[in-house]
Amino acid sequence: MAIRAEHEMHGRRKGRNVGVGLMLGGFVVLVMALTFVKITQIDFATAPGTVGQASGTSAQGDN
Amino acid sequence: MTDITNTPATEYEAQLGDYFALLKPRVMQLVVFTALVGMLAAPVSVHPVIGFASILFVAIGAGASGALNMWWDADIDAVMKRTAKRPIPAGKVQPGEALALGVALSGLSVMMLALSANLLAAGMLLFTILFYAIFYTMWLKRSTPQNIVIGGAAGAFPPVIGWIIATGSFSVEAWLMFALIFMWTPPHFWALALFMRSDYDDADVPMLTVTHGRPSTRRHIVAYTVLLAILAVGTGFTAIGGYIYLSFAIVLNALFLLGAYRIWQRDEAMAEKDNYLVERKFFRLSLYYLFLHFGAILIEATLRPYGLGGW
Repeated sequence: MAIRAEHEMHGRRKGRNVGVGLMLGGFVVLVMALTFVKITQIDFATAPGTVGQASGTSAQGDN
Repeated sequence: MTDITNTPATEYEAQLGDYFALLKPRVMQLVVFTALVGMLAAPVSVHPVIGFASILFVAIGAGASGALNMWWDADIDAVMKRTAKRPIPAGKVQPGEALALGVALSGLSVMMLALSANLLAAGMLLFTILFYAIFYTMWLKRSTPQNIVIGGAAGAFPPVIGWIIATGSFSVEAWLMFALIFMWTPPHFWALALFMRSDYDDADVPMLTVTHGRPSTRRHIVAYTVLLAILAVGTGFTAIGGYIYLSFAIVLNALFLLGAYRIWQRDEAMAEKDNYLVERKFFRLSLYYLFLHFGAILIEATLRPYGLGGW
């Protein structure tokens, strides 16, 4: 009997591996999208600890 | 190459769908829907990407607790007809795999929810997973007929988590949604226990039907349905309610009360004669009942910005 390069089991495993791969890819895209949204939502000029620094005055000076 | 030659042709290799079945997809649907309603009913808007990701992580957390539940309950799942085809008793997935999947997804979902939403939402998700997987599954379920009553809290937390994702805090409205699911769970599962007959007896699970008998279970269904109806209609007068919700609630609760009354009026001989038709109808109605109540809350929340929803 000739050796088959493609065993039936390979087909089954391929389906599972492609599925896991797609899920991991989707997770990476989701984390990237989350990161983008989180970063663009932050107003760095008024972020905690940086109040007034953009205009040259220190936060301590405000007290 | 050795793994190919050593693998017996008859040995089943778990597919992605088998692992997905471990996550209890039908329960996940309910979790996603109620958490989404909780998030959208909150008076704070959430960025769509953050909202989508957060609800996804809540769903993964719910699925993880489902996998842990299946790992622990594999012995009784094999005995009960309703659960015998689950991946572990069916021999498709090894118990150790279910445990690993449950633990890994629990950690991932809680950590990611903390990053996408806030620490309080992540803490509540962790509490819910531990409540369901440890408190309910490992202790309550096999030790007390109040298993469904107290354990129902696990399924009631998602709208609270959804609300916290949006607001970062608790509120009365979030707990009203919690109470709605909490009070709905016992009559829903007791109706199921009535027509599944010997399942819980065979598995030695102390359901109310086993410990207190069926007439007592029928009385309990009526009592809980009356309390649920008061709560559900009363919610219509709060900030998450409105004319639309109230209309839904009045009709649904009238039907639910009628169904509970019919269950109470029957005995086992009558029920067996028509193969538990009334109990089955009540169970089916209970599914629509919860979906439509939360659907009405969602409609109110969606219309509110246009000055149409709410009071």
